[in-house]
Amino acid sequence: MIPAAFDYVAPTSVQEALAVLAQAGDDAKVLGGGQSLLPILRMRLNAPETVIDLGRIDALRGISEDGDALVIGAMTTYAEVLASDLVRDHALVLHKAVATIADPQIRHRGTVGGALVHADPAGDVGAPVLALGGELVIAGSGGERRVAAADFFEDLFTTAVGDDELLVAVRIPKHTGWGAAYEKFVRVAQQWSIVAVAATVRAEGGTITQARIGLTNMGSTPLRATAVEDALVGKGAGDLAAICASAGAGTNPPSDLNGDADYRRHLAGVLTRRAVAAALG
Amino acid sequence: MTRINVTVDGVKYSDEVEPRTLLVHYLRETLGKVGTVVGCDTSNCGACTVHLDGRSVKSCNVLAVQADGHEVTTIEGIGSGGELHPMQKAFHENHALQCGFCTPGMIMQAIDLLKDNPDPSEHEIREGLEGNLCRCTGYHNIVKAVAAAAKAGE
Ligand SMILES: Cc1cc2nc3c(=O)[nH]c(=O)nc-3n(C[C@H](O)[C@H](O)[C@H](O)COP(=O)(O)OP(=O)(O)OC[C@H]3O[C@@H](n4cnc5c(N)ncnc54)[C@H](O)[C@@H]3O)c2cc1C
Ligand code: FES
Ligand code: FES
Repeated sequence: MIPAAFDYVAPTSVQEALAVLAQAGDDAKVLGGGQSLLPILRMRLNAPETVIDLGRIDALRGISEDGDALVIGAMTTYAEVLASDLVRDHALVLHKAVATIADPQIRHRGTVGGALVHADPAGDVGAPVLALGGELVIAGSGGERRVAAADFFEDLFTTAVGDDELLVAVRIPKHTGWGAAYEKFVRVAQQWSIVAVAATVRAEGGTITQARIGLTNMGSTPLRATAVEDALVGKGAGDLAAICASAGAGTNPPSDLNGDADYRRHLAGVLTRRAVAAALG
Repeated sequence: MTRINVTVDGVKYSDEVEPRTLLVHYLRETLGKVGTVVGCDTSNCGACTVHLDGRSVKSCNVLAVQADGHEVTTIEGIGSGGELHPMQKAFHENHALQCGFCTPGMIMQAIDLLKDNPDPSEHEIREGLEGNLCRCTGYHNIVKAVAAAAKAGE
């Protein structure tokens, strides 16, 4: 199918985009990489009057350093993230997660910002950004504000970004030299996560000194397994099974044809053990 | 209608399109480049794969207006002077197709894959083609063809 007719605007600055958004209001939709929005428009699940394409705003692209943080522009593609040494060096778990998304063609178009605002609970960008304690930079008519990842994801497909706002960047505190792994459980290639676990750890002589764990598709938003993170400190490879088994405790994951909630809680424990073991190296 | 200027297979075009026109429909219906095909409604199959500024994309999941000012290469633009592209030759020689519907997309993605990784392992070939579905061959000969093209390109 093809989308319903719409007006198309391609602003070249964030200011211009915000002005168009303010004018068009509810009837407008922002286009990032289009890899989720275009299928939605083609299936006519949505029919905005105006589509505002962010693809011509150069300021939204690219990866840079700002002191202790990495700054990733909202329109930076997955392929650009994967090619970035900065991401590998300072946010390896994000690199590992992005490598599992969809397929090469979609990774050439899909963007970090689009994925975060789309906020599909099975999406693979949210959990690593949450685990790394990322901050989202949101622009509106009143200027910019920053929201912690923990407060950014509100519900299924719902974030702190208002209808008249844009996500402009993600700031990620550097986790230089941390080991990392993303364990994604799927039945076939190119599938959305049934459950996935993002783990990144710092270790000295095989003993974990710090651990961060994010869960994908274990609820309506990405989650952090903080009790397991705390319990891992001071432990090593031999202790993982007992500690990680409870990673899914207290979560409320979906039940569907891929597995019921109990099975997902089981998977979360198994995948957490595998991810932490792989992150320890 | 919006005017777009696009270079497709080395030729410059300037056309009025409806903003909702998908790139694949622009290629097929406006330019007559029917070598690029549509195999699904969900952006899963990869049959519509073309290169946009040298990188593979699913042309059913890009708007024609997004290609304004950019360069598109389709399966019709990779051969030169009546000669098949080495990847096309490798598909031919390794019997890497049966019905042929997935082939344009497979070839465009395989070319992209070798650009990043000129000497891929069998596993890397399979992963590199994960966005392209084939309902006939069982993939075996496709993987062989890509490996052969990589070897020939050394
Ligand atoms: C076949 C297929 C398989 C896929 N598999 C996976 C997978 O395994 N894992 C995974 O995580 N994802 C997967 N995806 C989705 C992919 O990651 C999308 O690219 C992503 O979800 C959306 O990013 P986008 O840049 O394409 O955004 P778009 O599709 O352009 O936009 C998505 C939403 O975000 C809004 N938006 C975009 N950018 C901004 C911004 N800067 N500010 C405010 N709002 C904005 C849009 O209005 C829209 O509502 C898959 C997609 C396809 C088609
Ligand atoms: S037609 Fe584009 S992916 Fe199937
Ligand atoms: S040869 Fe028929 S779909 Fe691949």
